[in-house]
Amino acid sequence: MDFQVVVLAGGVSKKLLPLVSKEIPNALLPVANRPVISYVLELLELSNLKDLIVVVEGEDAALNVGGWISAAYADRLHVEVAAVPEDVGTAGAIRAIAHHLTAKDILVVSGDLVSDVPLGAVAATHRRHDAVVTAMLCSAPVSGPSESGSSGGKDKTKKPGRYNLIGLDPTQQFLLHIATGAEVEKDLRVQKSILRAAGEIEIRADLMDAHLYAFKRSILQEVLDQKGTFHSLKHDVLPYLVRSQLKSEALLNGVAQVEENGTEKIIAQSNQQMLSQILANASERTFHQRYALSPNGTSFRKTHKCCVYIAGSNRYCARLNSIQAYSDINRDVIGEANHLSGYSFSAQNNIIHPSAELGAKTTVGPHCMLGEGSQMGDKCSVKRSVIGRHCRIGANVKVVNSIVMNHVTIGDGCSIQGSVICSNVQLQERAVLKDCQVGAGFVVAAGSECKGEVLAKK
Amino acid sequence: MDTRRAPRAVIDPKVRKVGFFAPPELSQSGLPDPISLPSSSLSPVMIPPPRHSSENLLHHARPLAPTVPGASSVSIEGSVVAGGSYGSSSELFPAPMSPASSSYSSSRFVGGGDGDYCLNGAAVASPGRGGGKAATSFPRGGFESPAVKASSVPASGLTTVSVVNDSSLGIRGREKADNGGGSALEAKDQATNSKQKKDKTTKAERRALQEAQRAAKAAAKAEGNKASGTVTSGTAKPAKAIKPPHKVDNSSVAVSEKKGCDRPPEKDRKKDVPQPRMQYDDESRVEKAKRRAVVKQTEARNRVELFRHLPQYEHGSLLPDLEAKFFQLDTVHPAVYKAGLQYLSGNISGSNARCIAMLQAFQDAIRDYRVPPEKTFVRDLTAKISSYVSFLIECRPLCISMGNAIKFLKTRIAKLPLTLSESESKASLHSDIERFINEKIILADKVIVKHAVTKIRDGDVLLTYGLSSAVEMILLHAHKLGKQFRVIIVDSRPQLRGKILLRRLVEKGLSCTYTQINALSYIMHEVTRVFLGASSVLSNGTVYSGVGTACVAMIAHSFRVPVLVCCEAYKFSERVQLDSICSNELGDPEVISKVLGREDVNYLDGWANTENLQLLNLIYDATPSDYISMIVTDYGMVPPTSVPVIVREYRREQLWI
Repeated sequence: MDFQVVVLAGGVSKKLLPLVSKEIPNALLPVANRPVISYVLELLELSNLKDLIVVVEGEDAALNVGGWISAAYADRLHVEVAAVPEDVGTAGAIRAIAHHLTAKDILVVSGDLVSDVPLGAVAATHRRHDAVVTAMLCSAPVSGPSESGSSGGKDKTKKPGRYNLIGLDPTQQFLLHIATGAEVEKDLRVQKSILRAAGEIEIRADLMDAHLYAFKRSILQEVLDQKGTFHSLKHDVLPYLVRSQLKSEALLNGVAQVEENGTEKIIAQSNQQMLSQILANASERTFHQRYALSPNGTSFRKTHKCCVYIAGSNRYCARLNSIQAYSDINRDVIGEANHLSGYSFSAQNNIIHPSAELGAKTTVGPHCMLGEGSQMGDKCSVKRSVIGRHCRIGANVKVVNSIVMNHVTIGDGCSIQGSVICSNVQLQERAVLKDCQVGAGFVVAAGSECKGEVLAKK
Repeated sequence: MDTRRAPRAVIDPKVRKVGFFAPPELSQSGLPDPISLPSSSLSPVMIPPPRHSSENLLHHARPLAPTVPGASSVSIEGSVVAGGSYGSSSELFPAPMSPASSSYSSSRFVGGGDGDYCLNGAAVASPGRGGGKAATSFPRGGFESPAVKASSVPASGLTTVSVVNDSSLGIRGREKADNGGGSALEAKDQATNSKQKKDKTTKAERRALQEAQRAAKAAAKAEGNKASGTVTSGTAKPAKAIKPPHKVDNSSVAVSEKKGCDRPPEKDRKKDVPQPRMQYDDESRVEKAKRRAVVKQTEARNRVELFRHLPQYEHGSLLPDLEAKFFQLDTVHPAVYKAGLQYLSGNISGSNARCIAMLQAFQDAIRDYRVPPEKTFVRDLTAKISSYVSFLIECRPLCISMGNAIKFLKTRIAKLPLTLSESESKASLHSDIERFINEKIILADKVIVKHAVTKIRDGDVLLTYGLSSAVEMILLHAHKLGKQFRVIIVDSRPQLRGKILLRRLVEKGLSCTYTQINALSYIMHEVTRVFLGASSVLSNGTVYSGVGTACVAMIAHSFRVPVLVCCEAYKFSERVQLDSICSNELGDPEVISKVLGREDVNYLDGWANTENLQLLNLIYDATPSDYISMIVTDYGMVPPTSVPVIVREYRREQLWI
């Protein structure tokens, strides 16, 4: 179908410290005991897209990611991993691999996307409208588990940054305005020309940009070439394309977007003109076309289309871009969106690996996962949590709403709530953690009580 | 005894069978025959001994279940025969019968034939038939001994056939005793030299037959209807009786011919008659079509009875389904896929636009096409195009103009000289398509405009309905020429495509009136000409166009306003259609249940669940030629009655370009 796929796997995100490290970059962070990138790769595989370029920030991270992918998808996918320097941003990442891109359209997917939205639908929408860019939007997640409403103070500060203001046309097919994160101020500035052309703009704050875009390659490359300062696709390139959709600047005079808009181009051959007229006149014009032909303008104006695909409410879509999101996604993947996990659930609605050992009177509730070779002592209780491989958990331990990665040792009488415990952590007896993140290899002293802290090796 | 009677029996049995077998069977529910049949069938030559044996067997067997004893006893001697049933037995027998091979083969055929006949004639009859035929043929032929052998063989063959019949009515076989006895006696009389052999064989055979019959019961049950019919019908026997004579003359040939004649003709007929349009109320066919379909189509639930034969699907789910499959459909070229999506979503509509979009998609597809190894360009490309077309049909049924364009493209492909290289062929097709678009659509439109403009005079009030690209061009051109006229645009829900035209005409400074079709009769007073577009003009002059056109034309006719239909000649069709029911397109019923811009009008929301509500959204209708004053086409302005002439005279040339 003439699409190329670029997976932006990122590197080691500061937002996710201390969970990530050079050994475990963002992409390999386990979600329900599977690296998060595997969800994207599986989604792509499901869509029959088997030729991928994975871009990773940082050489070390690239090595790790590449190694994992080659081991896991040896015969299934054809993946090329490209390493780019850190902090080049998503736009820089595309620039770095631009010479590998040849297809007509490019699908850019974030490596931290956990979703079951059919990618084909995004691509098809893009093609159908002959858009310059098509962005997938999904309803913004309600963050935080409902029962443990109090999330860490650190997360709270981040929440405002999630705000997206998205302006759509009445048919909800075109993107008229987008403002994300820092750009959102008290007042909202909308371009008059766009408003006038479209007649109506619907501003929505309940949608989230899923960071899944279909770009027209020629346009994307032109923009990236000419605007050297653009750093991020989401914050720079997409708003730029949206802003300029009615006044395609000189840089957009590529052949691509012109021919479909039919009437706006004076074609030498009158036959061609009639042909495009027939095509364009056959149906209600989009506001782009109307604007291009607006009555007073004798010279035709160039336009391009920015489309959106809004994922249905029955689809799951989330991005792992914060610690809060990490625990949310983990909970969802073994909970309500459990079809994503790829595991089969037991009658109790949980997953307990056959090799896991449970002590007497230990209960594992629904929406839980217990990895391979993990051992639990007596009288333990696990609720809505993920426990990784080869963990050794003593007696009388309570794990609620938490994520415990691999090779963690938990002493007797510990209580863990709403926390993330990385690999190789040791929790000594009677440690009590609430809403904490414990970095890899950390040792929590016996009897310590922590609340809302970040514990990591210096 | 046996010997004496045998000669006579040969001839008689048939007659008798014909005479009284049928009635008794009928009267007695045909029970006696099955058993007697095998015997009777053998009767002419070999039957007598078998008969005895069979009778004996029957007697023996009767106490027990007939099948079981038969099977057990047979198994020893005739095991092979029994096991093999019809086929095997025939194989076994040939050796002894080698001299009569021809006869044998014929007999086998007969058996096969009987199989079919059995359906008609009673099971009983069939064995008798076979035997009778064989017997008759041979005696007359003059080979008695071979005949005998032959008869024995045929008998087996027949019996097996009969098995099927018997199986259909197992009871018959048991009860046959009465009549069977009679026939058996005759058979005995007829018995010749080969009694002993025959005895064994016959026993074996019969058991085999019985077994086979039982075994075949199940199968026969399936055919129960036919079988039962045969059993009950006394006519079957007469048929048999008649049959043997045929055989006598040219037994093998006749039989083979029969087979040959009976079936092939059916096939031929099927081939001759063009495939009927798919009727969507035929469930089995719909199922089949669904399995082939790329797009998941859910049948709409509440369909209007009169239009059940037309495809109607839940439109809501089509587009998302198809979009989700974007990357899975490798077989469809992206350009074609895009065209399909645009048809489905309504981004492209109108038959000219759809046709152009399709041809351009095909151009792209042909450009990217590579001949797979070991395939020929012409054939593989034709198949490819066909698959694209079926994909497009799944997105939205083709309109007639598209059908003509496809026909054109396919003939161009078929006519490609074999000597051309792949790239040359592609270039040639590319330019062919280009030319088709330019000459048949664009140039045609220009000519139509030129013709039609002469019919617009100053002070005219022109009425048009819906959106037609040709009419739009005419109006704009007339305006450009400085003619002073007014346009009334009549529109109808749900598409309201007239608005699109209205917007463009007003932008260009034409003075327009916009109204809905409900008000048509009130505004028709002031109209001086009606210009209409068409999706197609059929060869009886009927104009096939967007729904509502017929209404406009009729009202105009009653007001004595001339109706001019603008239609490019490539849209003409050889089809004849008298109404808009037999062939039409059904649109999304959801659309008419909603009112644009009136969210509060939601009385029909969730209508699909209401069992006694059916919505009909017809897309096309047919306007009889009586209401059309003139058709403006690229061959000039012609009355509707001239359409078939254009179709006839120019079609060939057009397709060959």
